[in-house]
Amino acid sequence: MEKFLEVKNLRVSYHSYAGEVQSVRGVSFSIDAGQSVAIVGESGCGKSVTAKTIMGLIQTPPGEIKEGSQILFEGRDILSQTPEQWQEYRGKDCAIIFQDALAALNPTMTIGNQVAEKLLIHTSMSRAEAWEEAGRLLKLVGIPNPEKRMKQYPHEFSGGQRQRIMIAIALACQPRLLIADEPTTALDVTIQADIIDLLKDIQKEFGMAVIMITHDLGIVANIAKKIIVMYAGKVVETGSSQDIFYRPRHPYTKALLRAVPRLDTEEEQSLESIEGTPPNMIDPPAGCAFSTRCAQCMRICQKSEPPMFEFEDGHTAQCWLYHPMAAQGNEE
Amino acid sequence: MEEKEKILEVSHLKKYFKTGRGTLKAVDDVSFFIRRGETLGIVGESGCGKTTCGRTCIGILGRTDGHVLYKGKDVHSLRGKERKEFTKEVQIIFQDPYSSLDPKMKVGDIIAEGLKAHHMCKSREEEQARVKELLETVGLNAEHATRYVHEFSGGQRQRIGIARALAVEPEFIVCDEPISALDVSIQAQIVNLLIRLQKEKGLTYLFIAHDLAMVKHISDRVAVMYLGNIVEITQASALYANPMHPYTQALLSAIPIPDPEVEEKKQRIRLEGELPSPVDPPEGCRFINRCRFASERCRKERPELLEMEPGHLVACHYCEEMKKGTVG
Amino acid sequence: MAKLLTPLNQAALKAEDFSKIERENKEISVRYDRGFFHHVKKALGENKIAAVCLVILCVIITGALMAPLSSVDPDYMDVMNKMAGPSREHWFGTDELGRDSFTRALYGSRVSLLVGFATMVVSVTAGTCVGAVSGYAGGKTDMILMRIVDMFQSVPSLLMIIVIFSFVPNNMVTLVLMLALFSWTGVARIVRAQTLTLKERDFVIAAKTLGVSHVKIILKHIIPNMTTQIIVAASLSIAGAILDESALSYLGYGVALPKASWGSMLQNAQQYILYDPLLALIPGMFILLTVLCFNILGDALQYALDPRLHK
Repeated sequence: MEKFLEVKNLRVSYHSYAGEVQSVRGVSFSIDAGQSVAIVGESGCGKSVTAKTIMGLIQTPPGEIKEGSQILFEGRDILSQTPEQWQEYRGKDCAIIFQDALAALNPTMTIGNQVAEKLLIHTSMSRAEAWEEAGRLLKLVGIPNPEKRMKQYPHEFSGGQRQRIMIAIALACQPRLLIADEPTTALDVTIQADIIDLLKDIQKEFGMAVIMITHDLGIVANIAKKIIVMYAGKVVETGSSQDIFYRPRHPYTKALLRAVPRLDTEEEQSLESIEGTPPNMIDPPAGCAFSTRCAQCMRICQKSEPPMFEFEDGHTAQCWLYHPMAAQGNEE
Repeated sequence: MEEKEKILEVSHLKKYFKTGRGTLKAVDDVSFFIRRGETLGIVGESGCGKTTCGRTCIGILGRTDGHVLYKGKDVHSLRGKERKEFTKEVQIIFQDPYSSLDPKMKVGDIIAEGLKAHHMCKSREEEQARVKELLETVGLNAEHATRYVHEFSGGQRQRIGIARALAVEPEFIVCDEPISALDVSIQAQIVNLLIRLQKEKGLTYLFIAHDLAMVKHISDRVAVMYLGNIVEITQASALYANPMHPYTQALLSAIPIPDPEVEEKKQRIRLEGELPSPVDPPEGCRFINRCRFASERCRKERPELLEMEPGHLVACHYCEEMKKGTVG
Repeated sequence: MAKLLTPLNQAALKAEDFSKIERENKEISVRYDRGFFHHVKKALGENKIAAVCLVILCVIITGALMAPLSSVDPDYMDVMNKMAGPSREHWFGTDELGRDSFTRALYGSRVSLLVGFATMVVSVTAGTCVGAVSGYAGGKTDMILMRIVDMFQSVPSLLMIIVIFSFVPNNMVTLVLMLALFSWTGVARIVRAQTLTLKERDFVIAAKTLGVSHVKIILKHIIPNMTTQIIVAASLSIAGAILDESALSYLGYGVALPKASWGSMLQNAQQYILYDPLLALIPGMFILLTVLCFNILGDALQYALDPRLHK
């Protein structure tokens, strides 16, 4: 059976003043229809660039999608689409919401018009129908008395409400894939929790696939069925939420989980810090990208790219530590 | 155990800003104290006045009303020699490691600035040796003294900022969201460094952040702020187990816990409504329009911060009455 | 046990490859950035017009510095060759008294450039001081200083200079002071605006909490952080001063004869413009080229020195 979305060996670079930044260096993963997936990683790990490539939002130049990269959406290669096909795809198949909702909304247009606009472009609805549908969508995302608020402008809404409006726009035309690029990073925790709940609810209701991009492992614990951990432009570990939180395999995932304090314990914890800094993506290290900071680094890690190992069904990690020969030198 | 002296005492501090739309009450009647060698964490969501509070406490901002006493002396009326002495004992670490260091200065000069201002080194050699020592204390190399700050990453810059503050051998440091701008893997480095320095040098911290888990981790006591008021102060260890103020309860329940099973079972207390504008906050209790337990009394009367249990202060009429046993 | 998914050449792996690496000294990687001149060079490499301008300016400045090395006397009158066209002896021809136009233009550039540079130095220094103090101090000081700036900006400068020159003796020093008097306000405004944003920055607040004095904060934190804007303002100010000097000379209020400046050469050529347009064209071209080059270079520097564009 063909996969809903399949990313194969995606490589994306940006040409900057200082040189070629290799943002994404051979990322592969797949998503089933209706699945909710999280891509987790620190800033500069290439998670946002991956999402933008799926949406066709990479500006070339300065960006460059390398030869050999492939993204299959329901079996169709989207990277070779014409601009018209992209337009159609972005309207009906796939939608994205961004971190900064204020920047993504047009400040001089009413909210109602912004939601209705998308419906008018991509469906055969009349203006009145589109307006009514827009009201329904805004109500769905939890904007109180939408009839009145549809006539207001973005600056009259709070940050959390603006993000809700972005979700309403994304939901128009009922896409089958929703990408949420750090949707709650700019929001306070109480509002963050509301938005996450909303995303969960609409995913259940519409049955769409959701890709959640975030740097915070905590917020995906309850929302994602599958978690993809990225580091320095590569996928280091993939698995179910249970796999990642209870049986992490890659040293980076393990360290990341131990680097954040837990709120729900009373005992003293000591935080394990990951020494060093993420590598410079203009000149990434040979072998494993995490080798420069890994406490269990072996010689081979600095020489050759680590192979992929499967632990449970669908739980994979790229790390030399699980090679049979490594067991001699390491207890684990 | 003998209680240590109160190094900082804040009583009824108010800080208002005049804006085009009216008077913005950033900090409105806040009282707390910090004992020598302890860490008081201040948490709250954006716009609650925690940063303004921290900056007013050390005299970067003038006060509108109230007092801040540092070792018994009023911070805002220090002059001349006393003021100079104060700048040696009290320091601040900033949130943004990009704007807090002068891009046109070398790292060594940035760190040496305080040494020069207080004439702490007799010779150029002594100064250089001291800068080298400070760099090593915060986990950087001596060679970095001759580099410019834009060559360093965010976490490294934050270390430079810490070294600059440490140079004058302060006793009290305000950490103004020192980790919010950093990546998760770097945050732990900086927090561990701050904890180590506190142990080694007996520092006192006022740690301001919005990340409750991190604040709980580093602090001895935690103060929760909402719309210019402190609503609850408690021992950090008791915070999660026994939050009393309805806002604290909602805040705690909203924080995601990196454990799928715990998350699954968690009951969230949703906050209805929106945060009111600090230009026109509600009279009475600030939290009234979002509180589950709001009553007529809350509308009229601003609740005082009262001790409900030893070391656990809450500003809430409902909690007061709960304690008296008149409610539920 | 974990299942290997990637095909591997197992035979090529050696046991020693799997030995753990012990890291004793924590390596801290620092990204080494090249300095100021690297950015300027790179910007000039990308902006060919600015590079050409820099070359032209260098030629003109070298010419001005080297002028005394030329064997031709700018005041020597070759009476046999008045108003001559270009020839091997006189590259740009001669004027109405038979003086060599090329040599005179070279000497003229000495006066024009010197006046330009000197005016720039005076006006930028004064403007920076006033702007920084005004912006940093704020309040009443700021208000008074800014009203003075407004006052200077609202009077017609050339007319004022001409009026003042009817009271004070006219020489190089007074000329420079006059030109600076009416051009420092632009710099002051730019510097004040920059100071206002810089004084709110965290590193300035940090310096205050360290007990650094206000004078030191202005000298060490505020002014060094606006060198970009000051350099750009300076390059534009030179161009402006050269133009003003030419205008004044043309009106007869410039540097006294027989010393030539480009402006006085222009004025001189005015009478003969129909006989010999070349006489006016040469100083005119020099003025045009120099001012244009300074302006283009100023724009290019503004772009090159903006650190936001280096990311």
